[in-house]
Amino acid sequence: MKRRSFLTTTAAAAVLAAASLPAFAEEALKVGFIYVGPVGDMGWSYQHDQGRQAIVDAYGDKVQTTFMESVPEGPDAERALTQLALQGNKLIFATSFGYMDAVMNVAAKFPDVKFEHATGYKRADNVSTYDARFYQGRAVQGTIGGRMTKSNKIGYIGSFPIPEVIQGINAAYIHAKKVNPDVEMKVVWAYTWFDPAKEADAAAALIAEGVDVVMQHTDSTAPQAKAQEAGNVITFGQASDMSSFAPMPRVSSTIDNWAPYYVQRVGAVMDGSWASEGAWGGIDTGMVGIGEISDAVPAEVKEEALALVESMRTNTYHPFTGPLNKQDGSAWLADGEVANDGDLAGMNFFVEGITAELPN
Amino acid sequence: MIIGGIDAVALTATLMTASTPVLLAATGELVAEKSGVLNLGVEGMMIMGAVGGFAVATATGSPVLGFAAGAIAGAALAMLFALLTQVFLSNQVATGLALTLFGLGFSALVGKGYEGVRPPATPKLNFGPLSDIPVLGQIFFRHDWMVYLSLGLVVATWFVLRKTRAGLILRAVGENHDAAHALGYRVVAVRCAALAFGGALAGLGGAYLSLVRVPQWTEGMTAGAGWIALAIVVFASWRAERVLIGAYLFGGITALQLQLQAAEYSIPVHLLSMAPYVITIVVLVLLSAIHRHGVQAAPASLGKSFHASS
Amino acid sequence: MITLIKRPTPSQFWAWATPIIAVIATMIAGGILFSALGKNPIEAIRVIFWEPLLGPNAAYFRGQLLVKAAPLILIAAGLAVGFRAGIWNIGAEGQYIIGAISGAWLALSIYPAESTWLFPAMVVLGALGGFLWGMIPALLKNWFNTSEILVSLMLVYVAQNLLAYVAFGPLKNPEGYGFPGSRNLQQYPSAHNPELFAGTGAHWGVMAAIVAVIATYILMHRHIAGFRIRVAGEAPRAARFAGVVPPRLVVFCLGLSGALAGMAGLFEVSGPSGQITDSFNAGYGFTAIIVAFLGRLHPIGILLAGLLMALTYIGGDMAQLMLGLPAAAIQVFQGMLLFFLLGFDVLTNYRVRLGRAAA
Repeated sequence: MKRRSFLTTTAAAAVLAAASLPAFAEEALKVGFIYVGPVGDMGWSYQHDQGRQAIVDAYGDKVQTTFMESVPEGPDAERALTQLALQGNKLIFATSFGYMDAVMNVAAKFPDVKFEHATGYKRADNVSTYDARFYQGRAVQGTIGGRMTKSNKIGYIGSFPIPEVIQGINAAYIHAKKVNPDVEMKVVWAYTWFDPAKEADAAAALIAEGVDVVMQHTDSTAPQAKAQEAGNVITFGQASDMSSFAPMPRVSSTIDNWAPYYVQRVGAVMDGSWASEGAWGGIDTGMVGIGEISDAVPAEVKEEALALVESMRTNTYHPFTGPLNKQDGSAWLADGEVANDGDLAGMNFFVEGITAELPN
Repeated sequence: MIIGGIDAVALTATLMTASTPVLLAATGELVAEKSGVLNLGVEGMMIMGAVGGFAVATATGSPVLGFAAGAIAGAALAMLFALLTQVFLSNQVATGLALTLFGLGFSALVGKGYEGVRPPATPKLNFGPLSDIPVLGQIFFRHDWMVYLSLGLVVATWFVLRKTRAGLILRAVGENHDAAHALGYRVVAVRCAALAFGGALAGLGGAYLSLVRVPQWTEGMTAGAGWIALAIVVFASWRAERVLIGAYLFGGITALQLQLQAAEYSIPVHLLSMAPYVITIVVLVLLSAIHRHGVQAAPASLGKSFHASS
Repeated sequence: MITLIKRPTPSQFWAWATPIIAVIATMIAGGILFSALGKNPIEAIRVIFWEPLLGPNAAYFRGQLLVKAAPLILIAAGLAVGFRAGIWNIGAEGQYIIGAISGAWLALSIYPAESTWLFPAMVVLGALGGFLWGMIPALLKNWFNTSEILVSLMLVYVAQNLLAYVAFGPLKNPEGYGFPGSRNLQQYPSAHNPELFAGTGAHWGVMAAIVAVIATYILMHRHIAGFRIRVAGEAPRAARFAGVVPPRLVVFCLGLSGALAGMAGLFEVSGPSGQITDSFNAGYGFTAIIVAFLGRLHPIGILLAGLLMALTYIGGDMAQLMLGLPAAAIQVFQGMLLFFLLGFDVLTNYRVRLGRAAA
């Protein structure tokens, strides 16, 4: 608008604006995101961006979202978060564990901006954390894998020996063992979240050891391709559905579905009910999605797996229910006892029966 | 054949596919370095090959055309490097690093829209009964054609460098560009050709990653393979036949490390992962010590700009 | 046919003009790229170059510019001395990592004891760590005549694996719930490399970078030693007559650049980064090589090149944020900037003539 016309119309506009206040309401809520990888990684960051798009779909022009991709953890993250805050974003999602201290630093400087940090454990008045109970998905995988394995050997490609991954390995093992007492679990640590070549090698190593079920906690499809090449090996999609490998080798998947949580939190900021909390959602809230179980899975196994999903969705069953012992034979959970969230969040041991050694 | 809980035959067979991308890239870089040019942009050329090969293979449905396109894409980026370092005489180290940066970014832009797509399959060659021979069959006769092509390219490179006049000229240019120039050889043209070959092979290696090994396109999917290729050339002390050993060693340590984990050996992963690089330094020292007063392992003009009037 | 004719001495005019031409050429080529991506090219260029310096939030970004540029300048200043002498340390990334580990190790092993001596001691250890890591290629070169380019590059990978090892093992935060990474030194007052002037972002590393620029300027351009170093690079044989002892020069150049890179790593890990993690090294050591060449191996040039490089990072982030440009487009833009800067530099040392050279 040119300056002169601005001057002549400004009085009229002021009247109009006052009259029609509810129509314009407040301006759009700005919501920012930082991703650790590119949005096209088809894994972790991609799923977070799907969540961002769900916000746009849900609120239309009442929100304005921006994101920054491939933001390294450390000082660059701190700057990126500050940039987002300075740009007027009122709610900022930081979607990687390594952003934790950067989020805390920036949140202290911008008390009126709300921060949501994925998978971390530090909170403040304006910092919430959120995470998904991925281990529920692993329980389903364990059930299917335990039933379908012929060699009684299940392989697991771990990324890093951190609680989230250890929970997954334990949950998968417990549920495989439950349906198949002879099952063994082989664990390989890739020490990466994403390195296709290494992941392929890890899958090959497991397959050479005789496993016919490969579970992965890394993001590329390379293990799927290796399994397909080997023939009778089944796999599960990780983070995203990886449906291009269905029906075999990919028989199901655990999907990170952040959309329901993101939509809810944006709504909470809009209606003023946002409060700092530590959310840990599972199948019940939709945060953990179980990808379609393909026809390669026998019908009765599929039924059993779906029943397990349903029991977790309704929270009538917890994957970590006693009696359970730790790997060294010491007692962990008594009969019927359910693991508390604090123990799970810091999980640093394998359960009894896993023979692999946990790197310390 | 099981040694200490490790299936050596399966491991060797895995190795052959696992090391194909770095084997190709290292062979290409070897030729470039033999001509006296140090191109640190291998990672960038590989990933351009990965995206170019992927795009064409999915568009045409032909993996062969995909590999050809990967080679062209890698070579095209190499020609950019050649233009800057050979014509504009820019510093090779800095230009190579910039090339990697550019390649990673450009491939990501080109590759938008290819994420989640599956490329046409590259079938394994059918050797009939040969592949059923115990041990040998499993190791040698159960691969796709690119594995054999890459081995063939190593042999061809060895042959050309060692036994032909063209190879002699290439080495002469790399050892002493001023003398080669004085003898009437076209230093810049030779180097551009060597760079193009190096880029094409890096591109092929990248295409092998996106079309066979993963097979999918994702940003940054080379994940450092180009840097390993550079290390292999040094390890191989600029000898084509040793590149093969180097590629298997570098690929092998990773495969072996994972295999040992799968067999439930408790091993210090990170310390083992640095071993190939330490070995490379030891090899360098040994070679340099042996050749102290004789011929150097590295091409003498490596990394130096050439200008005819200087 | 284009022919290049070497100038007897580098052109002063072109030495200043080529960077400007290169930046303009990058803006044009970048503009074409951005419009191909469906963005307004002029707006994109404005956001990248203008917004961080003079935009509404520039007060913050100008400080961040220093934070981002400081390690690049500190490392590049040291590297350039060696490059002038024809000694090619391309393993600064490794020296940076080892420096950071050495200094952080001291702090983490005496945690939580407070002492005013701790931070200075960490700086010394950081420099020492980088120095010793730089000594490996130096001594191997002197003893066995191995190429320092290759040894220093190999040592980067060794250092990276060592970094992962300590981040997951010995230096892991015992109160970190099993997550990899050390304690955060920002929360350990004696070990923290703080912001010295509120709001500027300037920490001790920024001071060190400025000192390094001045010191290397004096060394290279106001001191006989610098003259000898330059002669050694340009005419090795003549240098011997001028009293240059090559092995000592190798030790000096790799030691200096190693120590500065190690210090940069320490300042980063105790300040902006705070933590030893397996990926805290953000490639500064490699980017610094580019900065050294962009700066024409001259301390003042390096200062400007480091700031320019930092500007493209921060401006690039702004462009992502304000215009929705993909991160990859920024990488391509940076790549083009480097190509143009490196390519146009030929005009400084050569004259371009159309047609064949007369002689």
